[in-house]
Amino acid sequence: MGFFLETLLGGLMAGMLYSLVALGFVLIFKASGVFNFAQGAMVLFGALAMARFAEWIPGWTGIESKAFANVAAFLIAGAIMFAVAWLVEYLVLRHLVNQEGATLLMATLGITYFLEGVGQTFFGSSIYKIDIGMPKDPVIAFENVFQGGILINKEDLYAAIIAAAMVAVLTVFFQKTSTGRALRAVADDHQAAQSIGIPLARIWVIVWCVAGVVALVAGMIWGSKLGVQFSLATVALRALPVVILGGLTSVPGAIIGGLIIGVGEKLSEVYIGPLVGGGIEIWFAYVLALGFLLFRPQGLFGEKIIDRV
Amino acid sequence: MNMMTDAVVLEQQRQTSQERPATTGRRLGEVVLDVRNISLAFGGVKALTDISFDVREHEIRAIIGPNGAGKSSMLNCINGVYQPQQGSITFRGKTFSHMKSRQVAQMGIARTFQNLALFKGMSVLDNIMTGRNLRIRSNLLLQALRIGPAEREEIRHREYVERIIDFLEIQAYRKTPVGQLPYGLQKRVDLGRALAMEPQVLLLDEPMAGMNLEEKQDMCRFVLDVNDEFGTTVVLIEHDMGVVMDISDRVVVLDYGKKIGDGPPDAVRSNPEVIKAYLGTSH
Amino acid sequence: MLYRENGQFKTSYRADQQIFPIRQDRIAIILLLVVAFAVVPALASDYFFRAILIPFLIMSLAALGVNILVGYCGQISLGSGAFMAVGAYGAYNFFVRVPDMPLVPAILLGGLCATAFGILFGLPSLRVRGLYLAVATLAAQFFADWAFLRVKWLLNDSPSGQVGVSALQVFGQPIESAVSKYWFCLVLLTVIALLAKNLVRSAIGREWMAIRDMDVAAAVIGIRPMYAKLSAFAVSSFIVGVAGALWAFVYLGTWEPAAFSVDVSFRLLFMVIIGGLGSIMGAFYGAAFIVVLPIFLNQFLPALASTFGLEISTAGVSHAELMIFGALIVWFLVVEPHGLARLWSTAKQKLRLWPFPH
Repeated sequence: MGFFLETLLGGLMAGMLYSLVALGFVLIFKASGVFNFAQGAMVLFGALAMARFAEWIPGWTGIESKAFANVAAFLIAGAIMFAVAWLVEYLVLRHLVNQEGATLLMATLGITYFLEGVGQTFFGSSIYKIDIGMPKDPVIAFENVFQGGILINKEDLYAAIIAAAMVAVLTVFFQKTSTGRALRAVADDHQAAQSIGIPLARIWVIVWCVAGVVALVAGMIWGSKLGVQFSLATVALRALPVVILGGLTSVPGAIIGGLIIGVGEKLSEVYIGPLVGGGIEIWFAYVLALGFLLFRPQGLFGEKIIDRV
Repeated sequence: MNMMTDAVVLEQQRQTSQERPATTGRRLGEVVLDVRNISLAFGGVKALTDISFDVREHEIRAIIGPNGAGKSSMLNCINGVYQPQQGSITFRGKTFSHMKSRQVAQMGIARTFQNLALFKGMSVLDNIMTGRNLRIRSNLLLQALRIGPAEREEIRHREYVERIIDFLEIQAYRKTPVGQLPYGLQKRVDLGRALAMEPQVLLLDEPMAGMNLEEKQDMCRFVLDVNDEFGTTVVLIEHDMGVVMDISDRVVVLDYGKKIGDGPPDAVRSNPEVIKAYLGTSH
Repeated sequence: MLYRENGQFKTSYRADQQIFPIRQDRIAIILLLVVAFAVVPALASDYFFRAILIPFLIMSLAALGVNILVGYCGQISLGSGAFMAVGAYGAYNFFVRVPDMPLVPAILLGGLCATAFGILFGLPSLRVRGLYLAVATLAAQFFADWAFLRVKWLLNDSPSGQVGVSALQVFGQPIESAVSKYWFCLVLLTVIALLAKNLVRSAIGREWMAIRDMDVAAAVIGIRPMYAKLSAFAVSSFIVGVAGALWAFVYLGTWEPAAFSVDVSFRLLFMVIIGGLGSIMGAFYGAAFIVVLPIFLNQFLPALASTFGLEISTAGVSHAELMIFGALIVWFLVVEPHGLARLWSTAKQKLRLWPFPH
């Protein structure tokens, strides 16, 4: 029983991290109807920027404090993500208003390749470390309740808390502010929003900036856990089932979907995996999401699409 | 639609009708389509409430009413696009509470759409050819090889479609992608696609919307010809009162999802409920 | 001037409905086939065959299959790599397990395996559309990735995880040299392309396009969305499966599952979009573009760098390739979202008038 809970908790926390990446997808889709495949590349890019700048800053400024380097690196990386967001809107999205989904998807795929290339050219392609002072040692909790206690990875715990905080902030932003309302209008219908005076370009830049910051935070956390390497970009592919499960347009869906997928993956790997040869993590999330889709095609919290003829 | 103008037209028609016989001279048959107690709601919005009417064979039945009255929704129920919560539809003696689109097509009911619903990526010819789909027998393999029977069948259907193209006078545009055609021609292609199904009942959803006088006359001519030559029953949603009163045998009037009038054009035009609906007194 | 259709009147529907109704097109295609079958083998170098022509032929075939699903029927699929993999491993299993199995039937059976797989993973298309469907097809991709890595039976219990075939022959003729491989692929490609072209201009092709353009109206006409979508998945995955088998048998020789990763799926989708959705010729243009581009960059970039006096490492070249690839994709989508096929037909329109201005 203790082992089961351990796996469950581990799954929940991993799920939180997925949610963080999924949030980036949902944000951009909510505001612009664009399914941003480049989210993974943005996570990688942000993480790379942060890792390398944290390395270089002590050399440039002569200040040895790691905390200073980390904070400065975060700010610089954030600024770079803003620039990326602005460039993407200016060079790509503006020209693709009202194209169909497949075209936009391909465009973001193109951006993915481009960001990967640029990132590797400027920041290098080895594995880098992000050290933001997250404690790496596990903690053993609930020793009185279960024999041996439950192993909780402190790093995962902190990551989950940061993710949860981020999600809370974003939810408030979307629901309560006027910018959030404008974003929702834009997601519904670009041209209609434009015609009532919502500055489309500015809104998109804002959204991509927010998504960029989310990507940076996700990259920071994942990078601290796994090391910053190329495979970070594939994290986006792991987060896709979360988005599908929760519904492309729902922030709470991204969270709950993430938790479900995280738990499902861990549990299936532990309990079903050994029966079929192991390694089923790579497709379990997808098949789970697929199963859900067959019952609710719009995801758990997504909006139903009604056809008017 | 300008409701005041329609009210004026109704008034004018009432005056001129006293000088003209009220029948159209068409021989009407038995009831072929019977709609009973149809109710349709989307969430809280009641699109249709307890609608019943019938359609006789060979007649031209008009459905009229202000915008949002539920006319298109009614046709969508007949076609199986929407499933009504209550009620039944009887076609040639067989009763259904839920229509399935393919079944409806197979029974011989075809329709055009208010917003065209053409296949924008295909040419005029291809669009109308899709209407022949139910009658094409060759399977996938034969179509891939395109020899013998498959080729001959394709040519046979091509001939039928060409006759429709001649009838609708759109020969010059047959290879043009429909997206490039002006609106009036697109409406003709929509009609052509429905005619390609060799329907017994033709449901027309505002076939003359957005047309000028000449185009309307052409469209009227097509509808009347189809009804005359093939005896096709026509159910017609239309806003132009002149057209409706001129060519239809009987009229159903809907308002806010309820039926407020049903009968020959004369009876309907003097119905105070109908006049109120078009003049728009407070509901 | 050269491309005028004037004077070419058709007096029968059969003539009007042929694949190349314009005489200039017919001449061009015949010339192209002559060049492809006779001239190229005589002139091309071994390197040219192995690096460019053979991959181009096989990828064109795969892009053709993907175009049928994505371009003609409008179902986004990100799992084409998986269909190639199923075709490859299916053909492999038939080839090595069944004694004296000839090559072509093995490949076709591999295609049929891919068909079954395609229909299975195409079932979600009956419930979901658009982006949700795209992600559902990724399930196929990752499932195949896992199955060909972990399920040893599928690999004929090969200990290394790699499988291979050798000593291929057709009707007694060995397929070893570059030229023979080229011809083998070319013949298969031509036959399948012809069948595919016939399909898309028949009733089933119109059904696919109707579902793509407006499936509600299609249902009202009597088209069954289920049949249309699943048949598109079936035909498409058959063609992609055959291409996968060719890729594995003829091009690679020995392979492992990574040869059919999600990268391949993306590549195929790029080919189809750049080449032109809903166009058989588009598959060829797109494949040519995507196959030739990395090679071109590989040769061109170091030369360009050295004119500026810069050294560019191989790693640098591959990074630059990624950047240029990505940028080109985006540029293409902004400039001509309907792909090279549309650019070509616009050019043909201009050719109709040239040298006159209007």
